[in-house]
Amino acid sequence: MSAAHDDHHHGPAKGISRWLFTTNHKDIGSLYLWFSFAMFLLGGTFAMVIRAELFQPGLQLVEPNFFNQMTTMHGLIMVFGAVMPAFVGLANWMIPMMIGAPDMALPRMNNWSFWILPFAFAMLSSTLLMEGGAPNFGWTFYAPLSTTYAPASVTFFIFAVHIMGASSIMGSINIIATILNMRAPGMTLMKMPLFVWTWLITAYLLIAVMPVLAGVVTMMLFDIHFGTSFFNAAGGGDPVLFQHVFWFFGHPEVYIMILPAFGVVSAIIPTFARKRLFGYDSMVYATASIAFLSFIVWAHHMFTVGMPIAGELFFMYATMLIAVPTGVKVFNWVATMFRGSMTFETPMLFAIAFVVLFTMGGFTGLMLAITPADFQYHDTYFVVAHFHYVLVPGAVFSIMAATYYWLPKWTGYMYDERLGKLHFWLSFIGVNVLFFPQHFLGLAGMPRRIPDYALQFADFNWISSVGGFLFGASQLILLFVVIKCVKGGKKATAQVWEGAQGLEWTVESPAPYHTFTTPPDPKLIHAQ
Amino acid sequence: MAIPATRVLTQAYDASESDLDIQVIGYQWRWEYRYLRQDTLEEEVSFFSSLSTSREQINNQLPKEESYLLEVDNPLVIPINKKVRFLVTSNDVIHAWWVPDFAVKKDAIPGFINEIWAIVEEPGIYRGQCAELCGIEHGFMPIVVHAVPQDEYDAWYAGRQEQAVAAQAMSNSSITRDEAMTQGATVYNRTCVACHQATGTGLPPAFPALAGSSVVNGDLTANIELLLNGVPGTAMAAYARQLSPVELASTLTYIRNSFGNSTGDLVQPADVNAILEAQ
Repeated sequence: MSAAHDDHHHGPAKGISRWLFTTNHKDIGSLYLWFSFAMFLLGGTFAMVIRAELFQPGLQLVEPNFFNQMTTMHGLIMVFGAVMPAFVGLANWMIPMMIGAPDMALPRMNNWSFWILPFAFAMLSSTLLMEGGAPNFGWTFYAPLSTTYAPASVTFFIFAVHIMGASSIMGSINIIATILNMRAPGMTLMKMPLFVWTWLITAYLLIAVMPVLAGVVTMMLFDIHFGTSFFNAAGGGDPVLFQHVFWFFGHPEVYIMILPAFGVVSAIIPTFARKRLFGYDSMVYATASIAFLSFIVWAHHMFTVGMPIAGELFFMYATMLIAVPTGVKVFNWVATMFRGSMTFETPMLFAIAFVVLFTMGGFTGLMLAITPADFQYHDTYFVVAHFHYVLVPGAVFSIMAATYYWLPKWTGYMYDERLGKLHFWLSFIGVNVLFFPQHFLGLAGMPRRIPDYALQFADFNWISSVGGFLFGASQLILLFVVIKCVKGGKKATAQVWEGAQGLEWTVESPAPYHTFTTPPDPKLIHAQ
Repeated sequence: MAIPATRVLTQAYDASESDLDIQVIGYQWRWEYRYLRQDTLEEEVSFFSSLSTSREQINNQLPKEESYLLEVDNPLVIPINKKVRFLVTSNDVIHAWWVPDFAVKKDAIPGFINEIWAIVEEPGIYRGQCAELCGIEHGFMPIVVHAVPQDEYDAWYAGRQEQAVAAQAMSNSSITRDEAMTQGATVYNRTCVACHQATGTGLPPAFPALAGSSVVNGDLTANIELLLNGVPGTAMAAYARQLSPVELASTLTYIRNSFGNSTGDLVQPADVNAILEAQ
């Protein structure tokens, strides 16, 4: 390949400046991935504090105020610091290589959109050390608890959210510009790998809703510091307006965290089933439908605020509709595996676990969509179980699957398959022991976000905590596997996996610093 | 799936033709219940309902009893086989009133009044909790409802009305220092301790310390006014309605003579009433 030749005069810079000033999509992808893993461990530590406090009834380890800070920071760090940057990292690494582009379209903006993130999270985390403590109003920060009644650190939280939003928007502009302008000749839209498609749609979602989030936190800022009353009922404001604006951002946000996961799984399952993806076109249209529907279901998070019945019915019906395109996707994944020549390497195990456990999260989502039943589930542990099932064995498992799948391409070495499988099985068992009992807790009537609980909830809580500690500890195996793989191991071939298809597998492993400086041969580009 | 859900939802939303109306108001961190007259919707009987589980149980110094965290000092009492309408609202942040057995959960939102209803057929004690994060003590504001036969309800209601009259008469009686310190400690540990802490050190800056505070050690009138009216724009609530004059006076005596504060004041209900009337 010509890429290898270019290496001689365009290698990476040396030392710290390589990382600080880099405009290389692979370097920036690595930075995003390492950053998100660090945030995953930090947010995970907060989760361990939560589960340790909930291990037994009574207050043992932390005060209620600190407990609330933990739930808030866990949510914010995991959503904005772990899951979203991990997918942006994967996009940076893989999208140019998948579409045969030499780099991202806007490399300097790419550098900036990463490097403002550590500052945003340093600022957010520093609130834990401030007088009065970190934000303690939940990651959904409902007004007026987050305005009139908030700790002083809320202003730092608002500024941190602004920076994260700016980073996400810049990242999205870059991804859209790359996909629309820099595809290799012959790479038509309907030949793009599904990971590229899902990210294209995700990037549009981000650009649509991140300004809404920025708007709502700015309204909070004005309420707190400049005497306005957007959300203050005593001043003629409307606390419910906050929830409408927040969830108009918040619901597309949850699809921002899952659509790229669909793309990852749609890449891995065909590889290890050694079959083409079943129903490629319907996958693309289903993704677009989910993205469209995500804008008209936001108020299903607010069924108990007392909306008029017409509103409740509209949002119930619209929410039920989402089951249709999601069902199409699950059907296609299963159909891809059907009668395939399957092998079960670690990425495939994570992908299959994704399909099964994400579907369970989908079913509980359907239960929550039924408004009169939701009155009972709303704000209980049932909701906690539901969204952790779609986010942990959903989004997070897909990120782990992607890591194992592309790690040989990134490092040039095969990872330790035995340790990978050990990591998978401990995570799989841990995550189910952790979250499955929480369904029962919710149905038995345990509300969310409480530091202490009545005695009938004790058994399921300790089981859940044990699962939590197991899941948390087993993530250190992932860290070990990745470091071991970076340092060396069995050399990886260019194709790495027997059934792997696509342009990223046509370049050698590890991928050279610059790839596709001349476009790939159009004959290498196949229909998906 | 959508069809039966629509049918149930339509019924759940029809709160008309109720037999009894009760206003439910969320506070940080307790509930107030106001029984309203059917014709004029004026308030007849009202009281606050706070967690009655002791701090020692929560902090693992005493064994936990069966209804740990699900017990209150003044439960809500309703008659069975009557359509009871709850008008849910809030005084500060958003709470949610939830009794799982009634299958009702509604957000209590400042500036809004939400309607829900229930007909309870089985007499008994029903328990629930606040279901919307509302601050530090969100996990410690349970709901307890006693559903009783109509005659028992009528007797309870008449008793409540008499109590209200008696409390009115009590509100100008004088109290001794010992009584004030004992009752003040009780009220403090139920109402103030979450923010200002057992040692009076608070959680500054959101929740200031009482120990050594210039307000608590300063002018008594200013201190009474602050307790009655709260501090707008902060978490300090107005307690003029939440506590009786006797409770307010003893709490003031308690905080002005505890945590190292030693003003030596003995505050009488009459002092509080004087300021209440002046307002």
